[in-house]
Amino acid sequence: MTILAVTDLTMRFGGLTAVNNVSFSAERGHITAVIGPNGAGKTTLFNCITGFYKPTVGSIVVCPQVGKIVQLEKLPGHAIARKGKVARTFQNIRLFGGMTVLENLMVAQHNALQAATGFGVLGVLGIGRYRAAERRALDLAKHWLEQTDLLDRADHAAGALPYGAQRRLEIARAMCTEPALLCLDEPAAGLNPRESAGLNELLLKIRDGGCSLLLIEHDMGVVMKISDHIVVLDHGKKIADGSPLEIRSDPAVIAAYLGEGDEDDPDAPVAESVA
Amino acid sequence: MSNLLEDLKDSAAAAFFALLIFGPFIGLRLSDNDAGNLGIATRPEALALAVIAVFAARLLILTWGRHRPAKIATGLGAQVQKTGKFIAPALLVFAVVMPLLPGLPNAYIDLGVLIMTYVMLGWGLNIVVGLAGLLDLGYVAFYAVGAYSFALISTTFGLGFWECLPIAGILAAFWGMCLGFPVLRLRGDYLAIVTLAFGEIIRLVITNWVSLTGGPNGLLGMPEPTLFGLRFSMAGGPGTFAGFFGITPAPWQRDAFLYYVILGLALLTNWVTLRLRKQPLGRAWEALREDEIACRSLGINVRNTKLTAFAIGAFFGGFAGCFFSARQGFISPDSFTFIESATVLAIVVLGGAGSQLGVVLAACVMIGVPQMLQSLQIYRMLIFGIALVLIMIVRPRGFISTRRPTVLLGKKPVAIGAELRAEGRG
Ligand SMILES: Nc1ncnc2c1ncn2[C@@H]1O[C@H](COP(=O)(O)OP(=O)(O)OP(=O)(O)O)[C@@H](O)[C@H]1O
Ligand SMILES: [Mg+2]
Repeated sequence: MTILAVTDLTMRFGGLTAVNNVSFSAERGHITAVIGPNGAGKTTLFNCITGFYKPTVGSIVVCPQVGKIVQLEKLPGHAIARKGKVARTFQNIRLFGGMTVLENLMVAQHNALQAATGFGVLGVLGIGRYRAAERRALDLAKHWLEQTDLLDRADHAAGALPYGAQRRLEIARAMCTEPALLCLDEPAAGLNPRESAGLNELLLKIRDGGCSLLLIEHDMGVVMKISDHIVVLDHGKKIADGSPLEIRSDPAVIAAYLGEGDEDDPDAPVAESVA
Repeated sequence: MSNLLEDLKDSAAAAFFALLIFGPFIGLRLSDNDAGNLGIATRPEALALAVIAVFAARLLILTWGRHRPAKIATGLGAQVQKTGKFIAPALLVFAVVMPLLPGLPNAYIDLGVLIMTYVMLGWGLNIVVGLAGLLDLGYVAFYAVGAYSFALISTTFGLGFWECLPIAGILAAFWGMCLGFPVLRLRGDYLAIVTLAFGEIIRLVITNWVSLTGGPNGLLGMPEPTLFGLRFSMAGGPGTFAGFFGITPAPWQRDAFLYYVILGLALLTNWVTLRLRKQPLGRAWEALREDEIACRSLGINVRNTKLTAFAIGAFFGGFAGCFFSARQGFISPDSFTFIESATVLAIVVLGGAGSQLGVVLAACVMIGVPQMLQSLQIYRMLIFGIALVLIMIVRPRGFISTRRPTVLLGKKPVAIGAELRAEGRG
């Protein structure tokens, strides 16, 4: 069962082709990793999937539930979370820093809550289904706070959290939109080894909870350990696609990473763990 | 000691720039001699005085700021926060009983009405600027739309104040949306410029559409608000407030009634805002101020959310305009100049964008203080200006710069510091 199918995707910025004719698919219930050297076009690919860029060519189809098919590239950006059930995090964390952790998670449930307020009027008057909806939203928020180990910080300002907690909060916030596909852009960047191990566990838990994952990651330790399938990009093109084992021994991938390693740091951890 | 040297250097630099700037402004002076020819006189003493004043003030601010910097600012802030719980109810009680205080001169009730009008405008604009983080420099446009809607509808169709009030609000909200659409893509400075232009456009249309609005001559003849149909008339008699209750008519009855009308309207604005803040819509506004891109990724319709902020803010601006028009009994474009927008924006910013109590305090300072200082005549605006500058130095993010969360898991109240809160860029 495929949850995401990207076909012939090309994204050009003027003369620069950031994503060049890329096709791949992600399985439901799998963790699919997208890897590649810096500037390979991974974030651009994510931005196309989540509606921040309109692809120059190509189609992106997501299947949020069995029997339902949504063409993402035709949707306006804000409809992708609701109709396509695709959520994402950002390479540079984007939290609502002046709001509390809990508020961040409540904002994530905006659409579900807003529907219960009767265009805001019933909500302001305090009648109708809003109370029940809010209680449900709080429960969901609490659930993800527990999962991400942030429950005791629920009332802290998001901007004041330590870096690792901010990363986890961003994941919790994305999960509060109840996505079918969660796209994570370098979630392990900047984490220490212990936090990174905790993150692995969290991602596996999310996958086992029934949400498929698409994961950009530079840390090969994370990628090799938890992903079910890997897509490798280099200079905007897909150069390999397969299981971690296949990727590990793929000559094109090794060349891409070694080529990059040669230029600056021959002992780059990326190159080591791939080779 | 080295600090002092630094401060002296800095102050000298400030004095030098003051010399450059004040040189032509203060040092030179046009004079006409007896023959009626223009000449230029120099005023070295005045110039020296100004430069020395700048030097001294700069030195004072620096040394004072260095030795007791954050302490006073945060101490004051914490104090306001701590007593904030009591300030708001105390102010409310005071606002309610104020007109009934025996022996209060009518002028004070008038001043109360004026301050209340600005509190209401401030609360309305606070939705747009403080919550949604959209810098709006043309808020007076909606005030004008509300005022002219009331004037035109009441005189044309013979409707009273209370029937016209919602219509004025809805028309203002409509124009809020009209402004919202074209500026959706603009941010920060550009948004500010376009909203400013919008305010001017509305004023110019009003000025030039003479057949409808009377142009610069304005409109008059609109009815005053009534209390369940009872008019406030000095003549007394049946159908008037005094006649109905069998008391002697007095001007304070009308003034106090108008005061309560605007107090009620302002409190309505406040109540709706406070409720909305705890609702998905209000949270979305604040989230928009914090990070628009993240909002979009969470499925929030950024366009509609911004439009509702403009519309609801404008709605209450329209209410205020309707009241203003009814109270004055006469309106002209002169009442809706850019300076009004600037004053309301200053109230929001001075109060601490997003804080409802801050708006009240700032409105009292911005509107009340200049009136109180009437006796100082020409020095009034000087003192007022200096006071504003000092306030902004001590509390750069406004009187009440912390933000209260809209929902808490624990029982302990929390306040989020201004340094974490984004100001929004539109
Ligand atoms: N909005 C844009 N306009 C122009 N060029 C862009 C834009 N976004 C990305 N690019 C270019 O596209 C290429 C791919 O960038 P992208 O951010 O997708 O790389 P990446 O694989 O995410 O790299 P990293 O590992 O450093 O995050 C880069 O050369 C980048 O400069
Ligand atoms: Mg990237």
